[in-house]
Amino acid sequence: MSILHTVNKSPTDRNTLESCLKLTVKGASVLLIEDGVYGAVSGAVSSQMVQDAMGNVSVYVLGPDLKARGVDESRLIDGVKVVDYDGFVDLATDNDTVSAWV
Amino acid sequence: MSNVKKFMYINNKAPYGTIYAWESLEVVLIGAAFDQEVSLMFTGDGVYQLMKGQDTKEVGIKNFSPTYAALGDYDINKIYVEKESLDARGLTVDDLMHLVWEDEDADWEEKDSIRVVTSAELAEILDQQDVVLSF
Repeated sequence: MSILHTVNKSPTDRNTLESCLKLTVKGASVLLIEDGVYGAVSGAVSSQMVQDAMGNVSVYVLGPDLKARGVDESRLIDGVKVVDYDGFVDLATDNDTVSAWV
Repeated sequence: MSNVKKFMYINNKAPYGTIYAWESLEVVLIGAAFDQEVSLMFTGDGVYQLMKGQDTKEVGIKNFSPTYAALGDYDINKIYVEKESLDARGLTVDDLMHLVWEDEDADWEEKDSIRVVTSAELAEILDQQDVVLSF
């Protein structure tokens, strides 16, 4: 079984990213969308938590939502993969389950 | 007796994910017509509202960030950004839009509108306001 988690809230506004990362198994995918994209940035209070999780899970971030917020890809934590809307669809179909943290 | 009151607008949320940031900006601009003494503060995720380089083409939402640059034309030039909130997000003032106003008492010299202040300083500023509106 494989699962895709989506997180759409900022880690400095809500604790959904933290909750999500605690409940991921090895091999899971986490896609950060909407205000969730701030969780993909390095040098922030949430960055270490995400980096630690990346030993077990793949972290993706939606490019259009990054651009909307003026977050340059150069700010991202190493290893975070940027996807577009087609990539979002691929992730949803490649996994057996989608869990949307809202 | 002066009818001018000190208005503070608190901006505490990221743009686009919710409507708060845009609503705040609209209220600020409407309020600007009433010749009051207006300040804005950006705390928490609210600091993200001022990020430069916002480009919303691919998400189909109006990019309202250029509007912040117009605030100076409405004599809104006290824009306080909380230092601790920038630090927690790995940001500095250089990551924010450069907002300016023209000082008519100094031969229209262009001056910075954004002032990065500590939480303690913000608390003092907030304490001096007559009206506080939070978004």
